[in-house]
Amino acid sequence: MALTKADMAERLFLDVGLNKREAKEFVDACFEVVREALERGEQVKLSGFGNFDLREKNQRPGRNPKTGEEIPISARRVVTFRPGQKLKVRVEGYAGPRE
Amino acid sequence: MTKSELIEALARRQTHLAFADVELAVKSVVEQMSQALSQGERIEVRGFGSFALHFRPPRMGRNPKTGDSVALPGKHVPHFKPGKELRERVNLRLEEAATG
Repeated sequence: MALTKADMAERLFLDVGLNKREAKEFVDACFEVVREALERGEQVKLSGFGNFDLREKNQRPGRNPKTGEEIPISARRVVTFRPGQKLKVRVEGYAGPRE
Repeated sequence: MTKSELIEALARRQTHLAFADVELAVKSVVEQMSQALSQGERIEVRGFGSFALHFRPPRMGRNPKTGDSVALPGKHVPHFKPGKELRERVNLRLEEAATG
């Protein structure tokens, strides 16, 4: 079981009172606005949850694991997530399976 | 971009919704995500990414002030894996700069 956009929209319908179409569009728009900010190179900070940061990676040597052939991994920009203190504390307490 | 800037951006976009509803809805989405993770549930958003918990096994740590050993229990930490679309879009400008 995983939380999906459909689950989030259902809660917006039940708790916030958006209609089903509005709720679905809203959840889509939410992730789209965050993606657009990251695309512009802008960090996204959601207090209580965490920060989405951008990191510039230089080119580095790599290898095709199947053929063993050496191919450089090109320079790239990547998104990393740093959980906030509040989320870390909430998650630390989870005592479920150790994966 | 902060949470309040996200709320403002969404309010400009979803003009048929009241500002207060946009505010509530963003807070609801963030809280749902925090709650899912704190119950060990994964989050999967196609084109954005997935969140899951990773387990950090127990280890011996040290009190940096006194140098005493302290047993640290195992714990779970949140982990985010960006989805394909997000990875590609974030990297696009860099690629354009390199080739163009």
